[in-house]
Amino acid sequence: MEERIRGVLAQHGRMPVDVAGISDRADLYQAGLTSHASVNVMLALEDEFEIEFPQEMLKKKTFESVSAIRQALSELGATV
Amino acid sequence: MSHGEESPAVAATARIASEIAAPAAASVDRDARFPKEAFDALREEKLLSALVPERFGGMGASLAEVARMVSLLSRQCASTGMIYAMHQIQVACLVRHGTTPVLEDYLRCEVVARQALLASATTEIGRGGDVRSSTCAVDVEGDHFRLVKQAPVISYGEVADAVLVTARRTPESPPNDQVLVLCRTPSVTLEPRSGWDTLGFRGTCSLGFLLEAAGSVDEILPQPYGDISAQTMLPTSHLLWASVWLGMADEALSRANAFVRSEARKTPDTLPPSAVQLAELAALHHQLAASVELGISRYCSIADDEEELTTMLFALEMNALKVSGSTLVAELVTRALQICGISGYREDSPYSLGRLLRDAYGAALMVSNHRINTNSAHMLLVAGR
Repeated sequence: MEERIRGVLAQHGRMPVDVAGISDRADLYQAGLTSHASVNVMLALEDEFEIEFPQEMLKKKTFESVSAIRQALSELGATV
Repeated sequence: MSHGEESPAVAATARIASEIAAPAAASVDRDARFPKEAFDALREEKLLSALVPERFGGMGASLAEVARMVSLLSRQCASTGMIYAMHQIQVACLVRHGTTPVLEDYLRCEVVARQALLASATTEIGRGGDVRSSTCAVDVEGDHFRLVKQAPVISYGEVADAVLVTARRTPESPPNDQVLVLCRTPSVTLEPRSGWDTLGFRGTCSLGFLLEAAGSVDEILPQPYGDISAQTMLPTSHLLWASVWLGMADEALSRANAFVRSEARKTPDTLPPSAVQLAELAALHHQLAASVELGISRYCSIADDEEELTTMLFALEMNALKVSGSTLVAELVTRALQICGISGYREDSPYSLGRLLRDAYGAALMVSNHRINTNSAHMLLVAGR
């Protein structure tokens, strides 16, 4: 699942660093993920994993790292 | 809060607003000068540290009280109210996020004891008004930093005792990895680069500057600016700016009301035509007052919940308050002018609305509604369904 998340980040995150080199727990915002780009990441994740993020999950913490995103997706029952 | 139970801080502000800010308002506007007499009086009453908790020697006033104080000042002089609001936004950031001993000392010794006036430099030339990205960076050497920023606007920068400045955390950081830095006189210099000769809010003296600062690394707020922005700077800005507009709307309604009353006295047995327009104006005013009150109670109800403050839902609510409030105030003053007619158009009448009208148009422009709506539009792609 982490690889698919990284794929979405690489394609939609518009980050100035190589996403493959970011550790699972690294802070994505510090790595250059802007709030506008994070919206595109959310939309792409919904598409990729066929889920919909509920209102209460739309907060900074949910998308702060690869592992946080993985946990959110698991909670929503996304399949690997 | 009813007028009968207002706190001493609110009562002192009401007195300064009517006795000092009101008589100075015309000259502050005409000469585009800092409202010095009002700020001398506010300092005298220790009102610049109203928001500082009592444990640091401040008044420990609530945000609702400060919002009321902002409205009272803005009613008489919108520039004075706006400067007071902008200062309190910076104080709120220091109180909540200035958790190092050096920053706490600054609150105690400068903001409280010396009533320091704090300004802000969040925008930067070349970044198109986006406060969540910076070009300039903090350059740290040992335990000292240096910082150079081309600021298109630093309101009342020339008279401020310190400026809270956003910058990239390090010269290697991406544009959105920002920190907030307390840049204090005398180790901050501001070289004017542009003037401030505008339609309204002329007394805010919002000139552009080349800012050069140095200081101790302990003066860099420890949390990422993204968190400071979401938890404090963005909500308190939108709430206190809206309180400025509410104060202006209070005054416009009051002038229109006085005008209609004077008309009614001339024809005691018939309702003047403007009376119905006044009722419509009062309903519009109620809308603005209610949305400010709702915004303040919403923020206060989640102020201790860091996660809740970073939700898109809350950011959308605060953006909506800014956009609707700034649109409403211009609409309100325009309608008050229609009610007062030529008496409102005159500069030498008690119903004059010229300055209020000019100031009101700044609300949607000084922080662009278009930018705020663009930001909300992005969030609405995933939120609010």
